[in-house]
Amino acid sequence: MDRLDARVPLISEDQQLRRSLVTFRAIVRSGFRRWSTYRQATAAGAFTNVVFGFVRCYVLLAVAAAAADGKAAGYDAEQLATYVWIGQGMLSVIAIWGWTDLADRIRTGDIAADLLRPVHPVVSYLAADLGRAGFAVLTRFLPPLIAGLIFFPMYEPRRWTTYPLFALSMLLAVVVCFGCRFLVNASAYWAGDARGALFFWTLASGVLAGLYFPLRLLPDGVTALLYLATPFPSLLQVPSDVLVERDGPAVQAGLVGVQAVWAAALLMVCAAVQRRAERRLVVQGG
Amino acid sequence: MGELRAYRALLGAQFRSVASYRVSFLAEMAANLGTTALDIATVVVLFATARAVAGFTLREALLIAGLSSLGFALADMLIGNVDHLKVYVRAGTMDVVLVRPLGALAQLLCMDLPIRKISRGLLSLAVLVAAVRLNHIDWTLTRAVLLVVTPLAGLVFFGAIFVLSASLAFWWVDSGEIGSAFTYGGRDFSSYPMPIFAGWFRTLFAYALGFAFVAYQPALILLGRTDPLGLPAWAGFLSPLVALPAAALAALVWRAGIRQYRSTGS
Repeated sequence: MDRLDARVPLISEDQQLRRSLVTFRAIVRSGFRRWSTYRQATAAGAFTNVVFGFVRCYVLLAVAAAAADGKAAGYDAEQLATYVWIGQGMLSVIAIWGWTDLADRIRTGDIAADLLRPVHPVVSYLAADLGRAGFAVLTRFLPPLIAGLIFFPMYEPRRWTTYPLFALSMLLAVVVCFGCRFLVNASAYWAGDARGALFFWTLASGVLAGLYFPLRLLPDGVTALLYLATPFPSLLQVPSDVLVERDGPAVQAGLVGVQAVWAAALLMVCAAVQRRAERRLVVQGG
Repeated sequence: MGELRAYRALLGAQFRSVASYRVSFLAEMAANLGTTALDIATVVVLFATARAVAGFTLREALLIAGLSSLGFALADMLIGNVDHLKVYVRAGTMDVVLVRPLGALAQLLCMDLPIRKISRGLLSLAVLVAAVRLNHIDWTLTRAVLLVVTPLAGLVFFGAIFVLSASLAFWWVDSGEIGSAFTYGGRDFSSYPMPIFAGWFRTLFAYALGFAFVAYQPALILLGRTDPLGLPAWAGFLSPLVALPAAALAALVWRAGIRQYRSTGS
């Protein structure tokens, strides 16, 4: 169990890859189904995203209107509106806040059941999270986007390549966010609960992901440092930048590449942290 | 007297619970401080991009943000815990609260000791003091009184919004995050000059729900400015008159909610 894999131990050795894919898909589906039972909370959450979208959109549009060239940090009004409404939808797709499943299970001792399963915890949690994200794309991503389209002029991408690149960027954002959330939750292995780490995560992730304002409003050096040295811009800022074509095709693809590196690195760190935690874990509860 | 002892016991238990997770407590306290710092930093970053945004300079915007932030921080500290009502209703904890011979609202507020939120109130106060000094206000007795009354009215108004949003859970168990649209959303909305917003959204949040009176209208009087949106100057004195009916409405809705509360069972 100390390597990242999703194999089910079998007596016969054939078709192992296929079987682990089947397992992965089954967990993704169950993640999707689990979240599809919270319909009312989903509607309530989408409503709240829309209200915040209005506030943020008007504020950024006023900032752009006040600038001499009508642009804020190089985004024109249509790009800013799209930036805001995509961000409001992405928030729930990546589930930036509020995920404490792992920390709760560590605190209560339920994590013992996860460790008995023949699937690596990082893999099974990732699969369940991808299922959740899939449901969120349908129910939480579209309402803010539609609200934005109705009430504000939005930016339509000029290059067709932007669409597949954006889809890839969104998928990577989910993985990056999952990796961060897993690590934050995993602090409960050492601290008993993850409340402190979660608070810092909530605090840092919103502003550093570019939710409150586009990070490019900051000085160039700071922006570059954030993009390359921290995973935060990969959560929201990069997918939005990709969709509104803030940069040329090369930089656009490069940003997605940075996301991919972060996604891979974070998953490896998650696996390493999980391995260390299992060595020292004392299951709590009775 | 006996009741007071009971509340003290409840608070004492919370205090001990906080004391047993000391690292988490300190982290939460720092994070609370950080939340407010980031809200203010956001205003600074946005308003520093141009000489004036929607006709308001950075220092004027800071005054509005400071007033709103302090009112919200006080309300969050004293009444914010009512936010957890939806969790209590869903988990059945609310039954425990209701069978005790104490006020339900007061108990809910005692169920989480908000010491960690004090840091937020202090920072908001510091921001407000700094903003007042930056703006070279032409002091009169009226303006001085207004400066004290506005955050207090903000406390009452946001407190009412907290209770109203939380009461939703009595009728709609799965109300989830909808309350945040009005509590945190209202705070964000009221931290900015109203001319930033437009259309029916401004009409709804600023005037129908009353968020313009939390900070923006009083700030205009403090700054000696006329309202670009055309409201007369005395609108700045309306905050208590908006806050008190909101609190009365919140009390009514809360009572109605308690009366019709049905346990989620098991």
